[in-house]
Amino acid sequence: MSSTITTSINNEKDLWGGGNRPFKASYGKLMMWFFIVSDALSFSGFLVAYGFSRFKNIDSWPIADEVFTHFPFLHGIDAPMYYVAIMTFVLIFSSVTMVLAVDAGHHMQKNKVAVYMLLTIIGGAVFVGSQAWEWSNFIRGEYGAVETKGGQIFQFMNKETGERVALDEFAIESHTDRIQHESNSGVWFYGEGSLPSFTPDEVIAGVIANSQIVIKTEKIDANGYKVILSREESLEKITQAINVVEGANLVNNEYGNRLFADFFFFITGFHGFHVFSGVIINIIIFFNVLVGTYERRGHYEMVEKVGLYWHFVDLVWVFVFTFFYLV
Amino acid sequence: MENSTHKLEIFRGLLKFKSNETKIWGVLFFLSIVTIVEVSLGINKPEVLIVNSFLSMKLINWIFVILTIVKAYYIAWDFMHLRDEPQGLQFSIVITLIFLISYLAFILLVEGNYIFDIMYEGFLSWNF
Repeated sequence: MSSTITTSINNEKDLWGGGNRPFKASYGKLMMWFFIVSDALSFSGFLVAYGFSRFKNIDSWPIADEVFTHFPFLHGIDAPMYYVAIMTFVLIFSSVTMVLAVDAGHHMQKNKVAVYMLLTIIGGAVFVGSQAWEWSNFIRGEYGAVETKGGQIFQFMNKETGERVALDEFAIESHTDRIQHESNSGVWFYGEGSLPSFTPDEVIAGVIANSQIVIKTEKIDANGYKVILSREESLEKITQAINVVEGANLVNNEYGNRLFADFFFFITGFHGFHVFSGVIINIIIFFNVLVGTYERRGHYEMVEKVGLYWHFVDLVWVFVFTFFYLV
Repeated sequence: MENSTHKLEIFRGLLKFKSNETKIWGVLFFLSIVTIVEVSLGINKPEVLIVNSFLSMKLINWIFVILTIVKAYYIAWDFMHLRDEPQGLQFSIVITLIFLISYLAFILLVEGNYIFDIMYEGFLSWNF
């Protein structure tokens, strides 16, 4: 643009020819803010869509405390949310090391910047790893459930102890010749994934044979607990089961509403992808710091810009944490 | 970008830090406390906060949402150092987001609630 300016007054050029800095921020920093604002709108779109589906199924949405109960190395112990809380701390802490890196950059302390960047990268990697662990637990599932024709999930409980019961504790195995459906034998061109460990009939037989087993439905009562059917109701309802669901995929999941797993994969996946790309960008910047690129450039603004992105990822996690795990 | 350009007080001047670095640790401490409060509320779920509701949302959820926004404020203001930026930049970021997000949330949550009512009170049974 400056080439088209015919007036040669210096002030004029500073004002309109790129010499002026809007908001006293450099071009790169303002563009990073543009990106952050638009990305925040993407995330809020996802979270609001989650809210929409949740409000639509407000009386049957899965309760996060009952879904995310795992803690590393503590198998079988009910530890709701502790691990996610630790993940939150890891991410906030890596945010802090990032600010410290930016601060050290302002003072042109190359080694300090490098150390703090490295800590930030480690924090991010720990977070992504934790998220992968969460996903694998979520996908594998723990107890298993059955699905009715209408897409409802029935989980199973022990009437006496009030604890969840896994399918393999009561299902009665029978020999069947159920073969995996493959795309070449179907009228429509589709196949199916791996078969669940039990057939619906085996689960139904198990429920009938074990007088302790009752059904835990998706419905939530007035106090916020899942409705548990009586033994008689359970015997009546269990015959509606047409599918055995173990763990979670994009079609159905053992935790409840189908959309729950879809949103879990989509939102935490999108966030995890942001963390992953943040780690990659941080690594690039880290090596740039090491080879002294910013030392020669005379300022560490690049660290500040990538820092903005990194804090934004942290900020999004604060919201995902609240709306997915707490509320 | 020297230290003098950093605004070092938080809580409306209640707490003033000596350097930017100590301010960061202070904010981390504050955010940690808020997170601990959130998690302990989420695990214990006090009866009072669940039974009572305000504007058809449980009190506990109000607390979660408010504490989240508090956390978001301190992350944006101190970690993303919006506190040190000119007011114009602060406003063009925050007001845009607040307006658009609250609009979107309002529209879609009302719609979700409406669909719930339709399915709940409608003549058709949705429980196959």
